[in-house]
Amino acid sequence: MNGVHDMGGMQGLGRIIPEPEGSPFHGEWEARVHAMSVASPTRANIDAGRHQRELIPGAEYLAMTYYEKWFRGLSELLVLKGFLTPEELASGKAAPGSEKRTPHLMAAMVEPSLMRQGSYLRETAGAPMFAIGDQVKTRNLNPDGHTRLPRYARGRVGVIEAAHGAHVFPDSHAHGLGENPRRLYTVRFTARELWGGAANPRDSVSLDLWEPYLERA
Amino acid sequence: MTLRVKALESLLVEKGLVDPAALDAIVDHYEHKVGPRNGARVVARAWVDPAYRARLLDDATAAIAELGYTGGQGAHMVVVENTPERHNLVVCTLCSCYPWPVLGLPPVWYKSAAYRSRSVIDPRGVIAEFGTDLPADIEVRVWDSTAEIRYLVLPERPDGTEGLDEAALAELVTRDSMIGTTRL
Repeated sequence: MNGVHDMGGMQGLGRIIPEPEGSPFHGEWEARVHAMSVASPTRANIDAGRHQRELIPGAEYLAMTYYEKWFRGLSELLVLKGFLTPEELASGKAAPGSEKRTPHLMAAMVEPSLMRQGSYLRETAGAPMFAIGDQVKTRNLNPDGHTRLPRYARGRVGVIEAAHGAHVFPDSHAHGLGENPRRLYTVRFTARELWGGAANPRDSVSLDLWEPYLERA
Repeated sequence: MTLRVKALESLLVEKGLVDPAALDAIVDHYEHKVGPRNGARVVARAWVDPAYRARLLDDATAAIAELGYTGGQGAHMVVVENTPERHNLVVCTLCSCYPWPVLGLPPVWYKSAAYRSRSVIDPRGVIAEFGTDLPADIEVRVWDSTAEIRYLVLPERPDGTEGLDEAALAELVTRDSMIGTTRL
């Protein structure tokens, strides 16, 4: 979707404020939001979680801090996926007689779970459409759902720089339509192709793009 | 936010959806067990051990796992190497993708609208704001993390560090140099 989250190449969004290395959390509540998001049963579909944050209305999205967006996305997804009712979320109390579940992530399993080397690589049938060095053009796609083809890189010509096999396709996975693994490539675009003649001719931007985003140039 | 977050946590605990001790353990993990010191050790090892550096550039996920760094947001690692002629900068324009096992959770600026929007169109301006003026004849490569591939920049080893051992070298490596907003 063409939301404000897709902000690559925008100008006028403020100053970058450097920050020293240190605790990643600014306040206890941020740490708890992070931990709840990781431990939540909704974490099983990370792409749905990402999409839920993109659905925050644009003006609010830009005004919220990072963990405010995580809190909002988590709360909404818990309702959407049926883990909480809207009434429970509003009142902070479990509905009388509601089922008490067993958490799927218990404390003893946290370290093994966080250290587990998961993979998004999947088997897929058929030969890849592109090889390293091929020139490709990104399609002009404007889906109203989740996608990883940013606006600034649509309809542009680039070169396949790396091939990563088939990965879970977020455009499907985020919407509960299965993993639908598709070939993933790193595609390199010159800065001039993306931003015009004033860009430094040496510079480039590389993006990781799935095969359905690409056509032969 | 504090009260709202507490209310959600107590509701999730009451419903049996999360284990509060698990939340404590997750916070501990991201506060103390992962962070940019992990990445600094990877970089220092690559500086002193050419065979490790070759493995790191060939299959970063496996080479990083050799040092014990694995886990979510790091399952498909790619290391990109700075040279005298080339500088690399990592961003996630769509959200906040970042290599957690080696850098920990991202700083606020990495997730900010300002950084996400500008890094792809004005990488040299961003790097200058962090204190480095890159000569125009150095190539700048930006990596926009749009999938599950996570990027780590391998900075150049600074001059005059020939006498330092691996642990001392790791001390020199900053988080920002492994994102690419600074050079060492």
